[in-house]
Amino acid sequence: MKYLHLVWAALFRRKTRTLFTIASVLAAFLLFGLLDSVRNAFSDAGNSVAGVDRMITMSKISFTVSQPQSLLARIEAVPGVKEVAYANWFGGIYQDPKNFFPNEAVSPNFMDLFSEYAIPPDQLAAFKNTRTGCIVGASLAKKFGWKIGDKIPLQATIFPQKDGSNTWTFDLVGIFHARDPKEKNKEPILFFNWKYFDEARQFGNGRIGWYIEKLSDPNQADQVAKAIDAISANSDHETKTESENAFNRSFVSQFADIGLIVGGIMSAVFFTLILLTGNTMAQAVRERIPELAVLKTIGFSNRGVLGLVLAESVLLILLGGLIGIGLAAVIVPAMSSKVQGLLPDGVRWNTWALGVALMFGIGLLIGWLPALRGMRLKIVDALAGR
Amino acid sequence: MSNLVEIRNVSKVYERGKQKVEVLHHVDLGIAQGDFVALMGPSGSGKTTLLNLIGGLDSPSDGSIAVGGARIDNLGQGALAKWRAANVGFVFQFYNLLPMLSAQKNVELPLLLTKLSAAQRKKNASVALQLVGLADRATHKPTELSGGQQQRVAIARAIVSDPSLLVCDEPTGDLDRQSAEDVLALLQTLNREHGKTIVMVTHDPKAAEYARQTLHLDKGTLVEQATHA
Ligand SMILES: Nc1ncnc2c1ncn2[C@@H]1O[C@H](COP(=O)(O)OP(=O)(O)OP(=O)(O)O)[C@@H](O)[C@H]1O
Ligand SMILES: [Mg+2]
Repeated sequence: MKYLHLVWAALFRRKTRTLFTIASVLAAFLLFGLLDSVRNAFSDAGNSVAGVDRMITMSKISFTVSQPQSLLARIEAVPGVKEVAYANWFGGIYQDPKNFFPNEAVSPNFMDLFSEYAIPPDQLAAFKNTRTGCIVGASLAKKFGWKIGDKIPLQATIFPQKDGSNTWTFDLVGIFHARDPKEKNKEPILFFNWKYFDEARQFGNGRIGWYIEKLSDPNQADQVAKAIDAISANSDHETKTESENAFNRSFVSQFADIGLIVGGIMSAVFFTLILLTGNTMAQAVRERIPELAVLKTIGFSNRGVLGLVLAESVLLILLGGLIGIGLAAVIVPAMSSKVQGLLPDGVRWNTWALGVALMFGIGLLIGWLPALRGMRLKIVDALAGR
Repeated sequence: MSNLVEIRNVSKVYERGKQKVEVLHHVDLGIAQGDFVALMGPSGSGKTTLLNLIGGLDSPSDGSIAVGGARIDNLGQGALAKWRAANVGFVFQFYNLLPMLSAQKNVELPLLLTKLSAAQRKKNASVALQLVGLADRATHKPTELSGGQQQRVAIARAIVSDPSLLVCDEPTGDLDRQSAEDVLALLQTLNREHGKTIVMVTHDPKAAEYARQTLHLDKGTLVEQATHA
């Protein structure tokens, strides 16, 4: 620690150059913080603990293809299945397409299967008893300033009503919370009653989007899934049953392999960063050869000089990198509410850990050659300017 | 007086590619404890080379060098670095201060290698700055000081860890007459009142007059010895 002022002084010997370099390190790690948070959000979708005892059954062809309601009783009869709920994507729009949030018609017992949501019992009862009732997550209610008793009109994009109207108006009867603050990204969603949906819609009546099964024992998931899919085997509505996590993963991977994209972008960014900062360090040490020679003259060991230069390069990257991820930590929560589910509520510890590891890695990498050069310099030659 | 520095039959050969250049030829030299030696000679005669050997910055190709009774010609780089930190102070023509550090911090540099506490380092550096008459410039950066002042800071740095030997390579080579005289008077005080043994390379006969004796080097050989008052 007593050498810190030496390292610091060396680093800021050329203020402008160092500040520019730090700015580019900052930009790279800001991007890293943002992208890795996106990657986190996507992998969350496939790794939630909350859904381990749930499975989803949908059409083998696509999750947009519906299935007959008659399957309900047969799935309920499969051993290992504790309870079955069902739902359908509605795709309604509130006022403006920019206000997008998922909204689904759900069976009366739906919330019983989703224990990760907390809702007061009287509100849940009101939901089951109100034909046009709907419930929303707390963060969604907050975003639009909704209170219980409000009427929420949604414009249908897929399902017009029998009378041809595209406006479905729901009565807000309950607001639920995610029990785990980490799952707050599951809050921005609206559920309404299946009965109202199925009776009022113009087409598709009696067809179901997907079934959700709660298992008695999560370890039996594979057998139960096979048994459920066997029911519809060789029919015109073959199904595919998988754990909710696997479903979420495949849902997400429909769009893209986020991990691969993030990895690709960051590799390019860090490669450029290494060239740039490596050049800065090489230049910085080249200019300081006589000073390093003086340190050695005074009695600094070879290893001491090596350490000083490496400390300098690591500090250079750490300064920019920590500020960069720190900035991401400010931006991510601020943006999180605007881009539902695309970003987690903050920069996770695993992003910090990977980031700091990268900072040390890059710092040591770019400092290595200059440090060796400093370490190996011959005092008498350096002093004579040779 | 016993000899602090004993040089026996020392040669130095530089290899430039295949070519070998012998810069010092069988030099024998003893420097007494408490002496102040001026080393003169034409450019390229090997003065800096000899001084670097005495200060343990380089090792001879042949012969032996002992300082304070301990052989240094066969020490490895690491041991030599430790030895320099404890036993020698260096003063160069171009001061060689670290430009980003204040005078105080420059003087403290050698003390970083000791076990002294931060408070002790600070105190010792202040004492050294006081000794060279620059206590009031402790917070100044080198660029905020005149050449003479920078050289005095460099001298403070050379003596701060209290070495017995000071080696100075043309310490006044870049200074005006007045600053040079200040620096030389300072070196003389360090020699006379603080008992430092000093070896100083110089081109300036007036500077050499401050020393107790002058040695002449020519083409790698000591040619004559003249003793002053
Ligand atoms: N590392 C080296 N490699 C090759 N030749 C060297 C090296 N160091 C010194 N020399 C040569 O050795 C000779 C003596 O050099 P040295 O620096 O000791 O001279 P000097 O007496 O100090 O000269 P000046 O008064 O110009 O400083 C010169 O010819 C120089 O070119
Ligand atoms: Mg010389």
